[in-house]
Amino acid sequence: MSVFAQLPIWLELSRSQDILRRYFVVNGFDGALTMLGLIIAFHLADTDNLDLVIKACVGAAIALGISGSTSAYLSEAAERRRALNELEDAMVADLSHSAHGSATRVVPWVVAFVNGAAPLLISLFILVPVFLAQIGITFPLAPMPSAIALGFVSIFGLGIFLGRVAGTSWWWSGIKTLVIAFATAALIFIISG
Amino acid sequence: MVQVKRLVLDVLKPHKPNALEFGRMVAAAGDYRVRVTVLEMDENTETLRVEISGDDIDFQAVQTTLTEGGASLHSIDEVDVDG
Repeated sequence: MSVFAQLPIWLELSRSQDILRRYFVVNGFDGALTMLGLIIAFHLADTDNLDLVIKACVGAAIALGISGSTSAYLSEAAERRRALNELEDAMVADLSHSAHGSATRVVPWVVAFVNGAAPLLISLFILVPVFLAQIGITFPLAPMPSAIALGFVSIFGLGIFLGRVAGTSWWWSGIKTLVIAFATAALIFIISG
Repeated sequence: MVQVKRLVLDVLKPHKPNALEFGRMVAAAGDYRVRVTVLEMDENTETLRVEISGDDIDFQAVQTTLTEGGASLHSIDEVDVDG
């Protein structure tokens, strides 16, 4: 069986699906709020230097991605190793050639990928209007307000995802995360504006 | 040709995969009929009685599947062989 075919089995064995979901939302939320804050701050500074905005925001997005991946890998690898050691003690056997051993080696990489990719991809999605404006594609709404709107949409989307995971009202969950985003924006306006 | 028709194994395995998934894995090792009985359970492991029936059971393939599933074979308790 290929690695991709075995991945669901390893995730099930290590009970990592919920960890992946949690990391995706937590770090995706980090990425979205960080981009929202940066773009609102640039908008308040009234800068029309899109190159500066892109460099600062992409730099922050990459840093969030690297930070998310490395911290998740280190902590998950340690946790998985500890869990395997406990299981090996209980089984009085070496499980390194079993599916449990494979899960211990592979799952931390998957968790690290999700934890790093979530803030990076969400940040790049929010920056799409700024990228497009930089290459000369314009919209009725200016790039910075468009990016701010995409930031709110992303955060609302994460709320919907959480609502679906919890099996509760998706729109209520989306509204809750949106309120957090509006409160963050208001705080930035009050302090920096 | 000697053919193994039935095996009863005493197996220790972690809680995951569960008895259903574990039974499926063993059955898929050679298109066998498998009956899994959980005899004992503790905090991290469970002891199983695994009964495998088939036209010609490949014990090596069964043992490999057990290892891949994280299980240990404690003993072979019953064997039916046709000569």
